[in-house]
Amino acid sequence: MNDSGILPGLTGERNKAEGWNRPPVIQPDGEGELLEVAMGPHHPSTHGVFRMDVALDGERVIRLKPVFGYLHRNHEKIAEGISYLGSMPFTDRLDYICPLTNNWAYALAVEKLTGQEVPERAEYLRVILGELTRVVNHASSIGFLIQEMGASGTPLMYAFREREKILDLFEALTGARMMCNYMRFGGCRVDASAAWLDATRKVVAGLPGFADEMDRLLTGNEILIARTQGVGILRPELAVNAGVTGPMLRASGVNYDIRKVDGYGIYNRFKFRVPLGEHWDVYDRFMIRLLEMRESMKILEQALKDIPGGPVMDAKAKLRGFRPKPGEAYGRIEAPKGELGFYLISDGGPNPYRYRVRPPSLINLTILEDMCLGQNVADVVLIFGSVDIVLGEVDR
Amino acid sequence: MKTVDEIKAAIEVAVPGAAVEVVPNPSVSGQHSLRIAPTHALAVATFLRNDAELALDFLSNVTGVDWPDKETSEKVMVTRTVTKIVGGVEQEVEETVEETRKRLRPGYLEAVYHLYSVEKKHGPVVIRLRTVNRTDLVYLPSLTPIWRSAEFQEREIFDLFGIVFTGHPDLRRLLMWEGFKDHPMRRDYVEPDDFEYEPTAHDQVLARAKAHQVAVAGQEGTGTGL
Repeated sequence: MNDSGILPGLTGERNKAEGWNRPPVIQPDGEGELLEVAMGPHHPSTHGVFRMDVALDGERVIRLKPVFGYLHRNHEKIAEGISYLGSMPFTDRLDYICPLTNNWAYALAVEKLTGQEVPERAEYLRVILGELTRVVNHASSIGFLIQEMGASGTPLMYAFREREKILDLFEALTGARMMCNYMRFGGCRVDASAAWLDATRKVVAGLPGFADEMDRLLTGNEILIARTQGVGILRPELAVNAGVTGPMLRASGVNYDIRKVDGYGIYNRFKFRVPLGEHWDVYDRFMIRLLEMRESMKILEQALKDIPGGPVMDAKAKLRGFRPKPGEAYGRIEAPKGELGFYLISDGGPNPYRYRVRPPSLINLTILEDMCLGQNVADVVLIFGSVDIVLGEVDR
Repeated sequence: MKTVDEIKAAIEVAVPGAAVEVVPNPSVSGQHSLRIAPTHALAVATFLRNDAELALDFLSNVTGVDWPDKETSEKVMVTRTVTKIVGGVEQEVEETVEETRKRLRPGYLEAVYHLYSVEKKHGPVVIRLRTVNRTDLVYLPSLTPIWRSAEFQEREIFDLFGIVFTGHPDLRRLLMWEGFKDHPMRRDYVEPDDFEYEPTAHDQVLARAKAHQVAVAGQEGTGTGL
């Protein structure tokens, strides 16, 4: 592990050598010319509009530069021109696979700024919806990864079958399948009926069966193992230094889950474990997502059992004429893709003076080049798929 | 975790000459920040990451803030001597009047860094760097050599705010296209009417067409109706 100039372990003395966290320079072997390929912005594996400029020596990747901005709409500038609440529906469009966790992160940041209290029932509803979102995200992420490997359809359709049931629940509660716009500062927009909770219990009861099914279908699959084990290794010290978060970080063996570390909301009431990777490769990232889905199911069962009655909005919450006192706050949650944070500065006016989204999808791509260098070009698609990004959040 | 004042004291011991200033945060979040002089930023950042007790190995969020020139006015009571005619006689009288004084706070750009520790599981520690002004002296040292996660985020700030990070390994625009001129996240940015406007021969063609129409209308019975 020392041969590349990186010291082992997080607790060991950090490498003070200049540039240890930069991508290594790979020399092409043989003669021949380098082939420069623009993968994207319309490549089917890029999950949207994203480009990788790759330099190839035969099949080997010598250089890789990601190019962003095709979906840029300056979400932050828009948010600075409208009221605090006005940005809530826009947060749905960041990571459009997981609208509810985006809502949650924004609501949490504003609650930090204003000090509003959230009623207990609303906290439970947030946890239930957040964990359902995590199941949706991880299932579709696994589906897309396997799809990119060439397994056309089956795993993705299995994942989407489950996702459809959960989206139906979202629709029944919030009125929209994907653009939910559900959370508010100091609670949630509408209360869940007893019938909705029963329907959710029914769906959640079926989820472990789905996880078993995916497990039987994929975990021991020979092709999956051959294609993903030992591919796209990300060392833990580099992962931490490069700000990688979420399942990517935990697949690199770093025990850092914001649900445990910050214990935001009511997460410290639930019993769940944090799965960690041992080999730091694409297979571990797939495995971590599968295991995290199972942990989410455990949280869901506990939350659905304990959910109390009561209001879902803070009675003192003001929706109109909402003007936080001057100051700033940074609030973050463990979104399915990593640490999603919102940084807000208030100058006492009705609009935020500064509104910043910390996008996990963008920052997790920082080390894409490091993981891909020296690998075959066919593996770039897999490594990129294992990062799990959504372009709505990368480009904002 | 240490409070900001303790961190300030620790930095001043470890990096002599570093001008660290605590910026209080009046909101309930209680996230006070430390303003660091750009000249010592790299040394302070290295200390914050390597110090065994702080171990801030994880740079979560980097962002820019634009603070344009701001005129503040305050009212002051001023006593001065004025010449007045009192009862037909000119006299010097002391008079107290209220005066509004205007003060200009010069604008600057700011980079804000949110640091956490994965090892010790604490945070955030917020540090801020300030440029001299908003026009030409917009240089700050890049912290990418210390924390790689700043790489894309500093590029984004360079793109949208126009802070130039010296020592950044690959400082290019991140979201806007190459050749774009302005910095959209600045408070005084004005959107162009048409992003893709290019001067074309359109106006000249239109002028020629109008001349032609006039000429045609002058001829009777052609019936073009233009």
